[in-house]
Amino acid sequence: MANKKIGKQTIKLSSPPTISSVYSIVGKKEGEGPLAKYFDMILEDEEWGEKTWEKTESKMVKECVAGCLGKEKLSNEDVDYLLSGDLINQCVPSSFGIRERQIPYFGLFGACSTFVEGLSLGAMLIDGGMADNIICSTSSHFCSAEKQFRFPLELGTQRPPSSQWTVTGSAAALLKSSGNGPFITHVTTGKIIDMGIKDANNMGAAMAPAAVDTLWQHFEDTRRDSNYYDLIITGDLGQIGKEIVLELMESRGFHLKNNYNDCGCLIFDSKKQDTHAGGSGCGCCATTFSRISLSSIKK
Amino acid sequence: MKPIETKVDYQKFVDEKTPNSPIGINLLKAFTIGGTICLIGQFINDFWSGRGLSQEASATATSITLIGLGIFLTAINVYHKIGKFAGAGSIVPITGFANSIASPAIEFKSEGFILGVGAKLFQIAGPVLVYGISTSIVIGIIYFMFTANG
Repeated sequence: MANKKIGKQTIKLSSPPTISSVYSIVGKKEGEGPLAKYFDMILEDEEWGEKTWEKTESKMVKECVAGCLGKEKLSNEDVDYLLSGDLINQCVPSSFGIRERQIPYFGLFGACSTFVEGLSLGAMLIDGGMADNIICSTSSHFCSAEKQFRFPLELGTQRPPSSQWTVTGSAAALLKSSGNGPFITHVTTGKIIDMGIKDANNMGAAMAPAAVDTLWQHFEDTRRDSNYYDLIITGDLGQIGKEIVLELMESRGFHLKNNYNDCGCLIFDSKKQDTHAGGSGCGCCATTFSRISLSSIKK
Repeated sequence: MKPIETKVDYQKFVDEKTPNSPIGINLLKAFTIGGTICLIGQFINDFWSGRGLSQEASATATSITLIGLGIFLTAINVYHKIGKFAGAGSIVPITGFANSIASPAIEFKSEGFILGVGAKLFQIAGPVLVYGISTSIVIGIIYFMFTANG
């Protein structure tokens, strides 16, 4: 019996786990952005002493997990599961980054949603009595993502105004069964909503309908209004996606103007940093969300 | 605003929300830089003719020089900056073709010379070659049919 499920897509956790600590590493460009002071480490260049972008990304995952365990003074044996994923084939940065730790590992692929997917699944594992300590980590690297999905960096092309900039960043969060918060109390898992956007340079517009559907479903399931929340934050819809969410939610009767934002709009100063519609990638919401939300919630 | 139900309505809504590329200024930039590259090509051509090469030979030498320049500028991390500014202006000339082959070579060197550079070299230029060569074969056959008896 699924006795923790409320409504259609939401789970209400009976013993909510705590997001105990987070460690984040970002690239140089992110370190020049408006959120610089929130990150634990800012890299000085794109390589970080490695020969390939994939190795750099892997090192970021490795160091984030190490940093997170260091903050908590925990060792590998204390961690029950490690949930991690990224954008690269076979999730190489994650699996190579954590291979020496010998912690039971679930590899995730949720593209830009990987960090929240990890937190959702981790929270359920802890609430279900399966674990006490879980690390959720993710990473993305601008150069490795361009290589994997787009064009070589040296190719002379123009980026359209709707394109987004993959964040070079990695974060690892420790979920604990007991602690003083912030807590994960509900999990609403979204569906795939394909409204037929075929423009690969307009990912915000492609993803926004799913964000709207999930937010709306969450309010339905929990019988809450959007005003209940101090902050509602999406992962990496960017400027265009954010505007679409605001308008589509408005048309469904929810006014998000005062308490809604998007990590892709927060991480860069798009005018000064030439990032067009904003940041994207697994690292975008992982580094932004974990720092801003956590430090303000804890206050 | 009414809730959006269909894909067609959503596409219209997204088109309204998405800023277009500044076409006027982009065309101007493309024309200027593309024209400049052609002008440089003309100077190179004159240089080779001045050294006594025939018209045909100096055209070939000009192409070789421009390709060399394109690869050099790609290697020193400059060509993509020109491309960001000029768009089609630096893609269409032969220097752009050189860039489209040199850039995957640099990018995929990390995956080795056979499966990296060798396999990915024509990642961007491949379609141009496939359809360019195919078209010229078809045109060649048509030309042959019309001229074979004459």
